[in-house]
Amino acid sequence: MIRINGLSHHIGPAPILHDINLTLPRGKLVALIGPNGAGKSTLLRLIARLEPLQRGRVEIDGLDLASTPTERLALAMAVMGQQTQIASRLRVAELVGFGRWPHHQGRPRPADREAVENALEAFGLGPLRHRFLDEISGGQAQRAHLAMTFAQGTDWLLLDEPLNNLDMAHSRALMARLAELVRGSGRSVVTVVHEVNYAAAWADHIVAMKGGRIVAEGPADTVLTEQVLSDLYDTPIEVSRHDSRPLVLHHHWHDQLGAPYPKASDADRFPLH
Amino acid sequence: MKARVAVAGLLLLLLTLASLGVGAASIDLRAADGWTLLVLMESRLPRTLAVLLTGAALAVAGVVIQSLVRNRFVGPDTAGTGESAALGLLAVTLLAPAAPIWVKMIAASLAAMAGTALFMAIVRRLPVREVMLVPIAGLILSGIIGSVVTWIAWQHDLLQFVATWLMSGEFSGVIAGRYELLWVAGLAALLAWSAADRFAILSLGDQVATGLGLSSRGVMRLGMVVVSVVSALVVTTVGMIPFVGLVVPNIVARIMGDNLRASIPVVAAGGAGLLLACDLIGRILRHPYEIPVGTILGIVGSLIFLWLLYRPAAHG
Repeated sequence: MIRINGLSHHIGPAPILHDINLTLPRGKLVALIGPNGAGKSTLLRLIARLEPLQRGRVEIDGLDLASTPTERLALAMAVMGQQTQIASRLRVAELVGFGRWPHHQGRPRPADREAVENALEAFGLGPLRHRFLDEISGGQAQRAHLAMTFAQGTDWLLLDEPLNNLDMAHSRALMARLAELVRGSGRSVVTVVHEVNYAAAWADHIVAMKGGRIVAEGPADTVLTEQVLSDLYDTPIEVSRHDSRPLVLHHHWHDQLGAPYPKASDADRFPLH
Repeated sequence: MKARVAVAGLLLLLLTLASLGVGAASIDLRAADGWTLLVLMESRLPRTLAVLLTGAALAVAGVVIQSLVRNRFVGPDTAGTGESAALGLLAVTLLAPAAPIWVKMIAASLAAMAGTALFMAIVRRLPVREVMLVPIAGLILSGIIGSVVTWIAWQHDLLQFVATWLMSGEFSGVIAGRYELLWVAGLAALLAWSAADRFAILSLGDQVATGLGLSSRGVMRLGMVVVSVVSALVVTTVGMIPFVGLVVPNIVARIMGDNLRASIPVVAAGGAGLLLACDLIGRILRHPYEIPVGTILGIVGSLIFLWLLYRPAAHG
Protein backbone atom coordinates (compact mmCIF):
# COMPACT_ATOMS: atom_id res chain seq x y z
CA MET A 1 0.00 0.00 0.00
CA ILE A 2 0.98 3.62 -0.30
CA ARG A 3 1.33 5.44 3.00
CA ILE A 4 1.48 9.21 3.03
CA ASN A 5 2.38 10.98 6.25
CA GLY A 6 2.42 14.71 6.96
CA LEU A 7 2.80 15.65 3.32
CA SER A 8 2.83 19.41 2.68
CA HIS A 9 3.86 21.19 -0.48
CA HIS A 10 4.39 24.74 -1.63
CA ILE A 11 4.95 26.15 -5.09
CA GLY A 12 6.64 29.48 -4.50
CA PRO A 13 4.79 31.09 -1.61
CA ALA A 14 1.52 29.34 -2.48
CA PRO A 15 0.61 26.35 -0.31
CA ILE A 16 -0.67 23.51 -2.49
CA LEU A 17 -1.01 20.63 -0.01
CA HIS A 18 -1.65 20.87 3.74
CA ASP A 19 -0.43 18.04 5.94
CA ILE A 20 -1.87 15.14 3.96
CA ASN A 21 -2.17 11.81 5.76
CA LEU A 22 -3.51 9.09 3.54
CA THR A 23 -3.29 5.37 2.99
CA LEU A 24 -4.03 4.04 -0.48
CA PRO A 25 -5.04 0.39 -0.50
CA ARG A 26 -3.42 -2.22 -2.72
CA GLY A 27 -5.43 -4.04 -5.37
CA LYS A 28 -7.90 -1.22 -5.93
CA LEU A 29 -8.68 1.33 -8.56
CA VAL A 30 -8.32 4.60 -6.69
CA ALA A 31 -9.60 7.85 -8.22
CA LEU A 32 -8.51 11.29 -7.05
CA ILE A 33 -11.26 13.82 -7.72
CA GLY A 34 -11.78 17.46 -6.91
CA PRO A 35 -12.06 20.91 -8.46
CA ASN A 36 -9.28 22.67 -10.38
CA GLY A 37 -6.45 23.63 -8.06
CA ALA A 38 -7.41 21.08 -5.39
CA GLY A 39 -3.88 19.66 -5.40
CA LYS A 40 -4.72 16.24 -6.80
CA SER A 41 -2.14 16.34 -9.58
CA THR A 42 0.49 17.64 -7.17
CA LEU A 43 -0.29 14.81 -4.77
CA LEU A 44 0.01 12.25 -7.56
CA ARG A 45 3.21 13.80 -8.88
CA LEU A 46 4.74 13.72 -5.41
CA ILE A 47 3.88 10.05 -4.96
CA ALA A 48 5.30 9.40 -8.42
CA ARG A 49 8.54 11.27 -7.49
CA LEU A 50 8.04 13.64 -10.42
CA GLU A 51 8.39 16.49 -7.91
CA PRO A 52 10.86 16.54 -5.02
CA LEU A 53 9.30 16.03 -1.58
CA GLN A 54 9.38 19.17 0.53
CA ARG A 55 7.85 17.93 3.71
CA GLY A 56 6.43 14.62 4.83
CA ARG A 57 7.01 11.03 3.94
CA VAL A 58 5.72 8.71 1.23
CA GLU A 59 6.14 4.97 1.32
CA ILE A 60 5.18 2.64 -1.49
CA ASP A 61 4.93 -1.03 -0.54
CA GLY A 62 7.43 -0.38 2.22
CA LEU A 63 9.88 1.52 -0.01
CA ASP A 64 10.61 4.97 1.31
CA LEU A 65 10.33 7.32 -1.63
CA ALA A 66 13.06 9.66 -0.45
CA SER A 67 15.72 7.00 0.06
CA THR A 68 14.94 4.36 -2.58
CA PRO A 69 16.91 4.64 -5.84
CA THR A 70 14.74 5.82 -8.72
CA GLU A 71 15.54 2.74 -10.82
CA ARG A 72 14.23 0.51 -8.02
CA LEU A 73 11.05 2.59 -7.80
CA ALA A 74 10.57 2.14 -11.55
CA LEU A 75 10.03 -1.57 -10.85
CA ALA A 76 7.36 -0.75 -8.27
CA MET A 77 5.38 1.92 -10.06
CA ALA A 78 4.74 3.16 -13.56
CA VAL A 79 3.80 6.77 -14.06
CA MET A 80 2.03 8.80 -16.67
CA GLY A 81 2.12 12.55 -16.15
CA GLN A 82 -0.06 15.13 -17.79
CA GLN A 83 2.32 16.39 -20.43
CA THR A 84 2.17 13.54 -22.85
CA GLN A 85 3.41 15.50 -25.82
CA ILE A 86 6.61 13.80 -26.90
CA ALA A 87 8.94 15.62 -29.24
CA SER A 88 10.90 12.50 -30.11
CA ARG A 89 10.30 10.86 -33.42
CA LEU A 90 9.77 7.31 -32.23
CA ARG A 91 7.61 4.59 -33.64
CA VAL A 92 4.70 3.50 -31.44
CA ALA A 93 6.21 0.07 -30.78
CA GLU A 94 9.57 1.64 -29.89
CA LEU A 95 7.95 3.93 -27.32
CA VAL A 96 6.02 1.07 -25.76
CA GLY A 97 9.24 -0.94 -25.77
CA PHE A 98 10.89 1.65 -23.54
CA GLY A 99 8.35 0.69 -20.89
CA ARG A 100 10.39 -2.47 -20.36
CA TRP A 101 13.66 -0.59 -20.02
CA PRO A 102 13.65 -0.63 -16.19
CA HIS A 103 13.64 -4.43 -16.37
CA HIS A 104 16.32 -5.04 -18.98
CA GLN A 105 18.39 -1.82 -19.22
CA GLY A 106 18.97 -2.35 -22.90
CA ARG A 107 18.95 -6.14 -23.34
CA PRO A 108 15.32 -7.19 -23.87
CA ARG A 109 14.40 -10.80 -23.18
CA PRO A 110 11.48 -12.73 -24.69
CA ALA A 111 9.32 -11.87 -21.67
CA ASP A 112 9.94 -8.20 -22.34
CA ARG A 113 8.91 -8.51 -25.97
CA GLU A 114 5.79 -10.37 -24.93
CA ALA A 115 4.84 -7.64 -22.47
CA VAL A 116 5.22 -5.05 -25.23
CA GLU A 117 3.04 -7.08 -27.59
CA ASN A 118 0.37 -7.45 -24.90
CA ALA A 119 0.39 -3.74 -24.18
CA LEU A 120 0.09 -2.87 -27.87
CA GLU A 121 -2.77 -5.32 -28.13
CA ALA A 122 -4.51 -4.00 -25.01
CA PHE A 123 -4.68 -0.50 -26.47
CA GLY A 124 -5.55 -1.49 -30.01
CA LEU A 125 -2.24 -0.17 -31.25
CA GLY A 126 -1.39 -3.13 -33.48
CA PRO A 127 -2.17 -1.30 -36.71
CA LEU A 128 -0.22 1.77 -35.55
CA ARG A 129 2.88 -0.01 -34.29
CA HIS A 130 5.18 1.18 -37.07
CA ARG A 131 3.83 4.73 -37.22
CA PHE A 132 5.85 7.66 -35.90
CA LEU A 133 4.44 9.43 -32.84
CA ASP A 134 4.52 12.77 -34.62
CA GLU A 135 2.39 11.38 -37.41
CA ILE A 136 -0.57 10.13 -35.36
CA SER A 137 -3.31 11.99 -33.50
CA GLY A 138 -3.03 13.29 -29.93
CA GLY A 139 -5.38 10.61 -28.63
CA GLN A 140 -3.47 7.85 -30.41
CA ALA A 141 -0.18 9.13 -29.01
CA GLN A 142 -1.77 9.19 -25.58
CA ARG A 143 -2.78 5.56 -25.95
CA ALA A 144 0.78 4.71 -26.99
CA HIS A 145 2.01 6.45 -23.88
CA LEU A 146 -0.46 4.56 -21.72
CA ALA A 147 0.60 1.31 -23.33
CA MET A 148 4.17 2.13 -22.35
CA THR A 149 3.20 2.47 -18.68
CA PHE A 150 1.23 -0.78 -18.94
CA ALA A 151 4.20 -2.56 -20.46
CA GLN A 152 6.27 -1.52 -17.47
CA GLY A 153 4.32 -4.20 -15.62
CA THR A 154 4.57 -2.68 -12.14
CA ASP A 155 2.29 -3.36 -9.18
CA TRP A 156 1.33 0.29 -9.07
CA LEU A 157 0.13 2.49 -11.90
CA LEU A 158 -0.08 6.22 -11.29
CA LEU A 159 -1.92 8.22 -13.92
CA ASP A 160 -2.51 11.95 -14.06
CA GLU A 161 -5.71 12.64 -16.01
CA PRO A 162 -5.24 9.81 -18.49
CA LEU A 163 -8.58 10.52 -20.15
CA ASN A 164 -7.42 13.84 -21.63
CA ASN A 165 -7.51 13.66 -25.42
CA LEU A 166 -9.47 10.42 -25.41
CA ASP A 167 -12.91 10.13 -26.98
CA MET A 168 -15.80 8.43 -25.18
CA ALA A 169 -15.14 4.95 -26.51
CA HIS A 170 -11.44 5.09 -25.70
CA SER A 171 -12.10 6.62 -22.27
CA ARG A 172 -14.44 3.79 -21.41
CA ALA A 173 -12.01 1.26 -22.83
CA LEU A 174 -9.17 2.68 -20.76
CA MET A 175 -11.16 2.62 -17.53
CA ALA A 176 -12.21 -0.93 -18.33
CA ARG A 177 -8.56 -1.92 -18.91
CA LEU A 178 -7.62 -0.38 -15.58
CA ALA A 179 -10.45 -2.24 -13.85
CA GLU A 180 -9.35 -5.51 -15.48
CA LEU A 181 -5.82 -4.91 -14.36
CA VAL A 182 -7.02 -4.41 -10.81
CA ARG A 183 -9.56 -7.24 -10.65
CA GLY A 184 -7.78 -9.70 -12.93
CA SER A 185 -4.17 -9.40 -11.86
CA GLY A 186 -4.45 -7.73 -8.48
CA ARG A 187 -2.54 -4.64 -9.48
CA SER A 188 -3.18 -1.20 -8.02
CA VAL A 189 -4.09 1.94 -9.90
CA VAL A 190 -4.19 5.52 -8.69
CA THR A 191 -5.56 7.98 -11.19
CA VAL A 192 -6.56 11.62 -11.23
CA VAL A 193 -9.94 11.78 -12.91
CA HIS A 194 -11.43 15.02 -14.07
CA GLU A 195 -14.80 13.73 -15.12
CA VAL A 196 -16.45 12.46 -11.94
CA ASN A 197 -18.64 9.94 -13.71
CA TYR A 198 -15.66 7.88 -14.80
CA ALA A 199 -14.72 7.65 -11.13
CA ALA A 200 -18.34 6.85 -10.29
CA ALA A 201 -18.48 4.06 -12.81
CA TRP A 202 -15.12 2.42 -12.28
CA ALA A 203 -13.33 3.42 -9.08
CA ASP A 204 -13.23 1.11 -6.05
CA HIS A 205 -12.02 3.87 -3.80
CA ILE A 206 -12.41 7.61 -4.23
CA VAL A 207 -10.36 10.36 -2.63
CA ALA A 208 -11.98 13.79 -2.88
CA MET A 209 -9.69 16.79 -2.50
CA LYS A 210 -10.24 20.50 -2.20
CA GLY A 211 -7.90 23.37 -1.36
CA GLY A 212 -4.97 21.05 -0.70
CA ARG A 213 -6.84 18.89 1.78
CA ILE A 214 -8.65 15.58 1.66
CA VAL A 215 -12.33 16.19 2.28
CA ALA A 216 -13.75 12.71 1.79
CA GLU A 217 -12.54 9.24 1.08
CA GLY A 218 -14.15 5.85 0.58
CA PRO A 219 -16.16 3.77 -1.90
CA ALA A 220 -18.11 5.57 -4.62
CA ASP A 221 -21.44 5.25 -2.79
CA THR A 222 -20.21 7.09 0.29
CA VAL A 223 -18.18 9.81 -1.41
CA LEU A 224 -20.31 10.59 -4.43
CA THR A 225 -23.28 12.04 -2.59
CA GLU A 226 -25.09 15.26 -3.43
CA GLN A 227 -23.87 16.87 -0.22
CA VAL A 228 -20.18 16.02 -0.68
CA LEU A 229 -20.10 16.84 -4.38
CA SER A 230 -22.01 20.12 -4.10
CA ASP A 231 -19.58 21.26 -1.42
CA LEU A 232 -16.62 19.94 -3.35
CA TYR A 233 -17.40 21.75 -6.60
CA ASP A 234 -19.29 24.76 -5.15
CA THR A 235 -22.20 24.10 -7.45
CA PRO A 236 -25.41 22.19 -6.85
CA ILE A 237 -25.05 18.65 -8.02
CA GLU A 238 -27.59 15.88 -8.33
CA VAL A 239 -26.73 12.23 -8.01
CA SER A 240 -28.83 9.62 -9.74
CA ARG A 241 -28.07 5.96 -10.38
CA HIS A 242 -27.12 4.14 -13.53
CA ASP A 243 -25.93 0.54 -13.94
CA SER A 244 -26.13 0.27 -10.13
CA ARG A 245 -23.50 2.97 -9.71
CA PRO A 246 -23.89 6.67 -8.86
CA LEU A 247 -24.45 8.95 -11.85
CA VAL A 248 -23.51 12.56 -11.24
CA LEU A 249 -25.50 15.32 -12.94
CA HIS A 250 -25.55 19.03 -12.78
CA HIS A 251 -28.09 21.51 -14.03
CA HIS A 252 -27.47 24.02 -16.76
CA TRP A 253 -29.44 26.93 -15.23
CA HIS A 254 -30.15 28.69 -18.49
CA ASP A 255 -32.41 31.08 -16.64
CA GLN A 256 -29.47 32.25 -14.54
CA LEU A 257 -27.40 33.48 -17.51
CA GLY A 258 -25.96 36.92 -16.83
CA ALA A 259 -25.85 36.32 -13.07
CA PRO A 260 -22.44 36.66 -11.38
CA TYR A 261 -20.07 33.69 -11.54
CA PRO A 262 -21.25 31.38 -8.73
CA LYS A 263 -19.41 31.33 -5.44
CA ALA A 264 -19.66 28.74 -2.71
CA SER A 265 -21.90 30.97 -0.63
CA ASP A 266 -24.36 31.25 -3.50
CA ALA A 267 -25.31 27.59 -3.29
CA ASP A 268 -28.64 28.52 -1.69
CA ARG A 269 -29.68 30.36 -4.84
CA PHE A 270 -29.80 27.13 -6.77
CA PRO A 271 -32.47 24.81 -5.45
CA LEU A 272 -31.55 21.20 -6.00
CA HIS A 273 -34.86 19.85 -7.14
CA MET B 1 16.19 -1.21 -45.70
CA LYS B 2 19.02 -3.70 -46.15
CA ALA B 3 19.47 -2.58 -49.75
CA ARG B 4 19.71 1.03 -48.59
CA VAL B 5 22.36 0.14 -46.02
CA ALA B 6 24.34 -1.69 -48.70
CA VAL B 7 24.14 1.28 -51.08
CA ALA B 8 25.20 3.70 -48.35
CA GLY B 9 28.09 1.45 -47.35
CA LEU B 10 29.22 1.16 -50.96
CA LEU B 11 29.05 4.94 -51.35
CA LEU B 12 31.17 5.46 -48.27
CA LEU B 13 33.69 2.92 -49.55
CA LEU B 14 33.88 4.64 -52.94
CA LEU B 15 34.38 8.02 -51.26
CA THR B 16 37.14 6.52 -49.14
CA LEU B 17 38.90 5.07 -52.18
CA ALA B 18 38.53 8.36 -54.02
CA SER B 19 39.95 10.18 -51.02
CA LEU B 20 42.98 7.90 -51.05
CA GLY B 21 43.48 8.62 -54.75
CA VAL B 22 42.97 12.39 -54.87
CA GLY B 23 45.48 14.99 -53.74
CA ALA B 24 48.12 17.47 -54.80
CA ALA B 25 50.80 14.83 -55.30
CA SER B 26 50.06 12.48 -58.16
CA ILE B 27 50.43 8.83 -57.34
CA ASP B 28 49.59 5.65 -59.14
CA LEU B 29 47.79 3.29 -56.82
CA ARG B 30 48.62 0.34 -59.08
CA ALA B 31 52.35 1.03 -58.96
CA ALA B 32 52.69 0.48 -55.20
CA ASP B 33 56.24 1.79 -55.19
CA GLY B 34 57.99 3.52 -52.31
CA TRP B 35 56.74 6.98 -53.27
CA THR B 36 53.14 5.83 -53.52
CA LEU B 37 53.32 4.05 -50.20
CA LEU B 38 54.90 7.08 -48.57
CA VAL B 39 52.16 9.41 -49.82
CA LEU B 40 49.48 6.91 -48.87
CA MET B 41 50.70 6.08 -45.39
CA GLU B 42 51.93 9.52 -44.38
CA SER B 43 49.30 11.73 -45.97
CA ARG B 44 46.33 10.22 -47.78
CA LEU B 45 45.38 7.52 -45.29
CA PRO B 46 45.79 9.75 -42.20
CA ARG B 47 43.80 12.47 -43.90
CA THR B 48 41.03 10.12 -44.94
CA LEU B 49 40.84 8.60 -41.48
CA ALA B 50 40.88 12.05 -39.89
CA VAL B 51 37.96 13.16 -42.06
CA LEU B 52 35.98 9.98 -41.39
CA LEU B 53 36.56 10.16 -37.64
CA THR B 54 35.75 13.86 -37.47
CA GLY B 55 32.57 13.54 -39.52
CA ALA B 56 31.33 10.55 -37.56
CA ALA B 57 32.17 11.99 -34.14
CA LEU B 58 30.70 15.41 -34.88
CA ALA B 59 27.46 13.94 -36.20
CA VAL B 60 27.09 11.71 -33.13
CA ALA B 61 27.90 14.67 -30.86
CA GLY B 62 25.09 16.45 -32.69
CA VAL B 63 22.63 13.70 -31.81
CA VAL B 64 23.76 13.84 -28.21
CA ILE B 65 23.44 17.58 -27.75
CA GLN B 66 20.09 17.57 -29.53
CA SER B 67 18.74 15.01 -27.11
CA LEU B 68 20.24 16.82 -24.10
CA VAL B 69 18.45 20.07 -24.93
CA ARG B 70 15.53 18.41 -26.75
CA ASN B 71 15.89 20.66 -29.70
CA ARG B 72 16.74 19.71 -33.25
CA PHE B 73 18.16 23.05 -34.27
CA VAL B 74 21.42 22.90 -32.36
CA GLY B 75 24.72 21.27 -33.11
CA PRO B 76 28.02 20.98 -31.25
CA ASP B 77 29.21 23.94 -33.35
CA THR B 78 26.34 26.25 -32.36
CA ALA B 79 26.38 25.75 -28.59
CA GLY B 80 29.52 27.69 -27.71
CA THR B 81 31.37 24.41 -27.25
CA GLY B 82 34.06 24.90 -29.88
CA GLU B 83 34.75 28.48 -28.85
CA SER B 84 35.03 27.40 -25.20
CA ALA B 85 37.52 24.73 -26.21
CA ALA B 86 39.53 27.38 -28.03
CA LEU B 87 39.38 29.56 -24.91
CA GLY B 88 40.74 26.72 -22.78
CA LEU B 89 43.49 26.01 -25.26
CA LEU B 90 44.38 29.68 -25.41
CA ALA B 91 44.57 29.82 -21.62
CA VAL B 92 46.98 26.88 -21.51
CA THR B 93 49.04 28.34 -24.31
CA LEU B 94 49.42 31.58 -22.38
CA LEU B 95 49.81 30.18 -18.88
CA ALA B 96 51.78 27.00 -19.52
CA PRO B 97 53.13 27.13 -23.06
CA ALA B 98 55.38 24.12 -22.50
CA ALA B 99 52.56 21.82 -21.36
CA PRO B 100 52.40 18.49 -23.23
CA ILE B 101 49.69 18.04 -25.81
CA TRP B 102 47.48 15.84 -23.62
CA VAL B 103 47.38 18.53 -20.93
CA LYS B 104 46.28 21.01 -23.59
CA MET B 105 43.59 18.62 -24.77
CA ILE B 106 42.29 18.09 -21.26
CA ALA B 107 42.21 21.85 -20.69
CA ALA B 108 40.36 22.34 -23.97
CA SER B 109 37.88 19.57 -23.09
CA LEU B 110 37.25 20.97 -19.61
CA ALA B 111 36.69 24.45 -21.00
CA ALA B 112 34.36 23.00 -23.64
CA MET B 113 32.46 21.23 -20.87
CA ALA B 114 32.10 24.45 -18.91
CA GLY B 115 30.85 26.22 -22.05
CA THR B 116 28.35 23.45 -22.78
CA ALA B 117 27.17 23.50 -19.16
CA LEU B 118 26.62 27.25 -19.44
CA PHE B 119 24.65 26.71 -22.65
CA MET B 120 22.49 24.05 -20.99
CA ALA B 121 21.87 26.29 -17.99
CA ILE B 122 20.71 29.08 -20.32
CA VAL B 123 18.52 26.74 -22.34
CA ARG B 124 16.87 25.34 -19.20
CA ARG B 125 15.59 28.83 -18.43
CA LEU B 126 14.06 29.37 -21.86
CA PRO B 127 10.36 28.75 -22.44
CA VAL B 128 9.96 25.23 -23.83
CA ARG B 129 7.60 26.18 -26.62
CA GLU B 130 9.92 28.74 -28.17
CA VAL B 131 11.89 26.22 -30.20
CA MET B 132 13.95 28.80 -32.06
CA LEU B 133 15.27 30.53 -28.93
CA VAL B 134 17.59 27.61 -28.24
CA PRO B 135 19.71 27.91 -31.39
CA ILE B 136 19.66 31.71 -31.06
CA ALA B 137 20.95 31.45 -27.49
CA GLY B 138 23.65 29.08 -28.75
CA LEU B 139 24.71 31.46 -31.50
CA ILE B 140 24.86 34.40 -29.09
CA LEU B 141 26.89 32.40 -26.58
CA SER B 142 29.25 31.19 -29.33
CA GLY B 143 29.63 34.78 -30.50
CA ILE B 144 30.44 36.11 -27.05
CA ILE B 145 32.97 33.41 -26.18
CA GLY B 146 34.43 33.66 -29.67
CA SER B 147 34.99 37.39 -29.27
CA VAL B 148 36.59 36.89 -25.87
CA VAL B 149 39.00 34.43 -27.47
CA THR B 150 39.72 36.82 -30.33
CA TRP B 151 40.26 39.74 -27.96
CA ILE B 152 42.67 37.86 -25.71
CA ALA B 153 44.51 36.50 -28.74
CA TRP B 154 44.76 39.98 -30.20
CA GLN B 155 46.19 41.32 -26.94
CA HIS B 156 48.90 38.67 -27.00
CA ASP B 157 49.55 38.70 -30.71
CA LEU B 158 48.20 35.16 -31.11
CA LEU B 159 45.46 35.89 -33.65
CA GLN B 160 47.00 33.77 -36.36
CA PHE B 161 47.32 30.87 -33.97
CA VAL B 162 43.72 31.14 -32.83
CA ALA B 163 42.44 31.57 -36.37
CA THR B 164 43.34 27.96 -37.15
CA TRP B 165 40.76 26.86 -34.57
CA LEU B 166 38.00 29.37 -35.07
CA MET B 167 38.08 29.81 -38.84
CA SER B 168 36.65 27.17 -41.09
CA GLY B 169 38.41 23.92 -40.46
CA GLU B 170 40.36 21.99 -43.03
CA PHE B 171 42.38 18.81 -43.35
CA SER B 172 45.24 19.80 -45.65
CA GLY B 173 47.63 19.87 -42.70
CA VAL B 174 46.82 16.34 -41.59
CA ILE B 175 49.71 13.92 -41.81
CA ALA B 176 50.58 10.81 -39.80
CA GLY B 177 51.35 11.83 -36.24
CA ARG B 178 49.11 14.89 -36.28
CA TYR B 179 45.63 13.53 -36.22
CA GLU B 180 45.68 10.50 -33.93
CA LEU B 181 43.89 12.28 -31.09
CA LEU B 182 40.82 12.16 -33.28
CA TRP B 183 40.59 8.47 -32.44
CA VAL B 184 39.67 9.60 -28.94
CA ALA B 185 36.81 11.60 -30.46
CA GLY B 186 35.78 8.43 -32.26
CA LEU B 187 35.85 6.54 -28.96
CA ALA B 188 33.69 9.23 -27.37
CA ALA B 189 31.15 8.71 -30.15
CA LEU B 190 31.26 4.98 -29.49
CA LEU B 191 30.64 5.67 -25.80
CA ALA B 192 27.58 7.72 -26.79
CA TRP B 193 26.31 4.80 -28.82
CA SER B 194 26.65 2.46 -25.86
CA ALA B 195 24.35 4.78 -23.92
CA ALA B 196 21.99 5.34 -26.86
CA ASP B 197 18.88 4.10 -25.04
CA ARG B 198 19.55 6.47 -22.18
CA PHE B 199 19.81 9.45 -24.50
CA ALA B 200 16.65 8.35 -26.30
CA ILE B 201 14.76 8.09 -22.99
CA LEU B 202 16.14 11.43 -21.84
CA SER B 203 14.74 13.10 -24.92
CA LEU B 204 11.28 11.77 -24.06
CA GLY B 205 11.18 14.37 -21.28
CA ASP B 206 11.97 14.51 -17.56
CA GLN B 207 8.65 13.01 -16.62
CA VAL B 208 9.00 9.88 -18.72
CA ALA B 209 12.68 9.51 -17.88
CA THR B 210 11.92 9.66 -14.15
CA GLY B 211 9.04 7.23 -14.55
CA LEU B 212 11.37 4.75 -16.20
CA GLY B 213 13.86 5.14 -13.37
CA LEU B 214 16.53 6.92 -15.39
CA SER B 215 18.50 9.44 -13.39
CA SER B 216 18.83 12.23 -15.91
CA ARG B 217 21.80 13.83 -14.21
CA GLY B 218 24.18 10.98 -14.96
CA VAL B 219 23.07 10.84 -18.58
CA MET B 220 23.40 14.61 -18.92
CA ARG B 221 26.93 14.46 -17.58
CA LEU B 222 27.88 11.66 -19.93
CA GLY B 223 26.40 13.57 -22.85
CA MET B 224 28.30 16.70 -21.96
CA VAL B 225 31.55 14.77 -21.74
CA VAL B 226 30.96 13.28 -25.20
CA VAL B 227 30.04 16.61 -26.82
CA SER B 228 32.89 18.47 -25.16
CA VAL B 229 35.60 15.92 -25.87
CA VAL B 230 34.55 15.60 -29.50
CA SER B 231 34.39 19.37 -30.00
CA ALA B 232 37.64 20.06 -28.21
CA LEU B 233 39.57 17.44 -30.14
CA VAL B 234 38.13 18.44 -33.50
CA VAL B 235 38.63 22.17 -32.96
CA THR B 236 42.22 21.77 -31.85
CA THR B 237 43.18 19.23 -34.49
CA VAL B 238 41.48 20.56 -37.63
CA GLY B 239 39.45 23.65 -36.63
CA MET B 240 35.73 24.38 -36.60
CA ILE B 241 33.69 22.13 -38.84
CA PRO B 242 30.20 23.58 -39.22
CA PHE B 243 26.84 21.95 -39.96
CA VAL B 244 27.79 18.24 -39.81
CA GLY B 245 26.52 17.90 -36.24
CA LEU B 246 23.40 19.86 -37.10
CA VAL B 247 22.10 18.52 -40.40
CA VAL B 248 23.11 14.86 -40.34
CA PRO B 249 21.10 13.97 -37.19
CA ASN B 250 18.12 15.84 -38.64
CA ILE B 251 18.18 14.00 -41.94
CA VAL B 252 18.58 10.62 -40.26
CA ALA B 253 15.77 11.36 -37.78
CA ARG B 254 13.43 12.17 -40.68
CA ILE B 255 14.12 8.89 -42.36
CA MET B 256 14.42 6.46 -39.47
CA GLY B 257 13.28 8.33 -36.37
CA ASP B 258 14.88 8.80 -32.97
CA ASN B 259 15.49 5.24 -31.89
CA LEU B 260 19.08 6.19 -31.23
CA ARG B 261 20.41 2.71 -30.74
CA ALA B 262 19.55 1.97 -34.36
CA SER B 263 20.19 5.42 -35.74
CA ILE B 264 23.53 6.41 -34.22
CA PRO B 265 25.59 4.12 -36.52
CA VAL B 266 23.72 5.59 -39.49
CA VAL B 267 24.33 9.10 -38.18
CA ALA B 268 28.03 8.33 -37.80
CA ALA B 269 28.28 6.94 -41.32
CA GLY B 270 26.29 9.88 -42.68
CA GLY B 271 28.53 12.42 -40.96
CA ALA B 272 31.65 10.65 -42.20
CA GLY B 273 30.28 10.47 -45.74
CA LEU B 274 29.13 14.09 -45.86
CA LEU B 275 32.42 15.42 -44.56
CA LEU B 276 34.47 13.23 -46.85
CA ALA B 277 32.39 14.24 -49.88
CA CYS B 278 32.85 17.92 -49.01
CA ASP B 279 36.57 17.45 -48.40
CA LEU B 280 36.89 15.77 -51.79
CA ILE B 281 35.02 18.60 -53.48
CA GLY B 282 37.43 21.02 -51.80
CA ARG B 283 40.39 19.05 -53.09
CA ILE B 284 39.11 18.72 -56.64
CA LEU B 285 37.60 22.15 -57.45
CA ARG B 286 40.90 24.07 -57.72
CA HIS B 287 43.28 21.16 -58.03
CA PRO B 288 46.14 21.18 -57.03
CA TYR B 289 45.07 23.94 -54.60
CA GLU B 290 42.45 23.33 -51.92
CA ILE B 291 39.32 24.98 -50.63
CA PRO B 292 38.87 24.37 -46.86
CA VAL B 293 36.21 21.77 -46.17
CA GLY B 294 34.63 24.19 -43.67
CA THR B 295 33.93 26.60 -46.52
CA ILE B 296 32.41 23.91 -48.71
CA LEU B 297 30.30 22.74 -45.77
CA GLY B 298 29.23 26.31 -45.10
CA ILE B 299 27.57 26.29 -48.51
CA VAL B 300 26.35 22.69 -48.68
CA GLY B 301 25.29 22.62 -45.01
CA SER B 302 23.34 25.87 -45.15
CA LEU B 303 21.49 24.67 -48.25
CA ILE B 304 20.55 21.42 -46.51
CA PHE B 305 19.57 23.35 -43.40
CA LEU B 306 17.33 25.69 -45.39
CA TRP B 307 15.68 22.69 -46.96
CA LEU B 308 15.11 21.21 -43.49
CA LEU B 309 13.60 24.49 -42.26
CA TYR B 310 11.19 24.71 -45.16
CA ARG B 311 10.09 21.12 -44.82
CA PRO B 312 9.62 20.89 -41.07
CA ALA B 313 8.87 17.60 -39.39
CA ALA B 314 5.78 17.59 -37.20
CA HIS B 315 7.88 18.54 -34.18
CA GLY B 316 10.90 20.79 -34.05
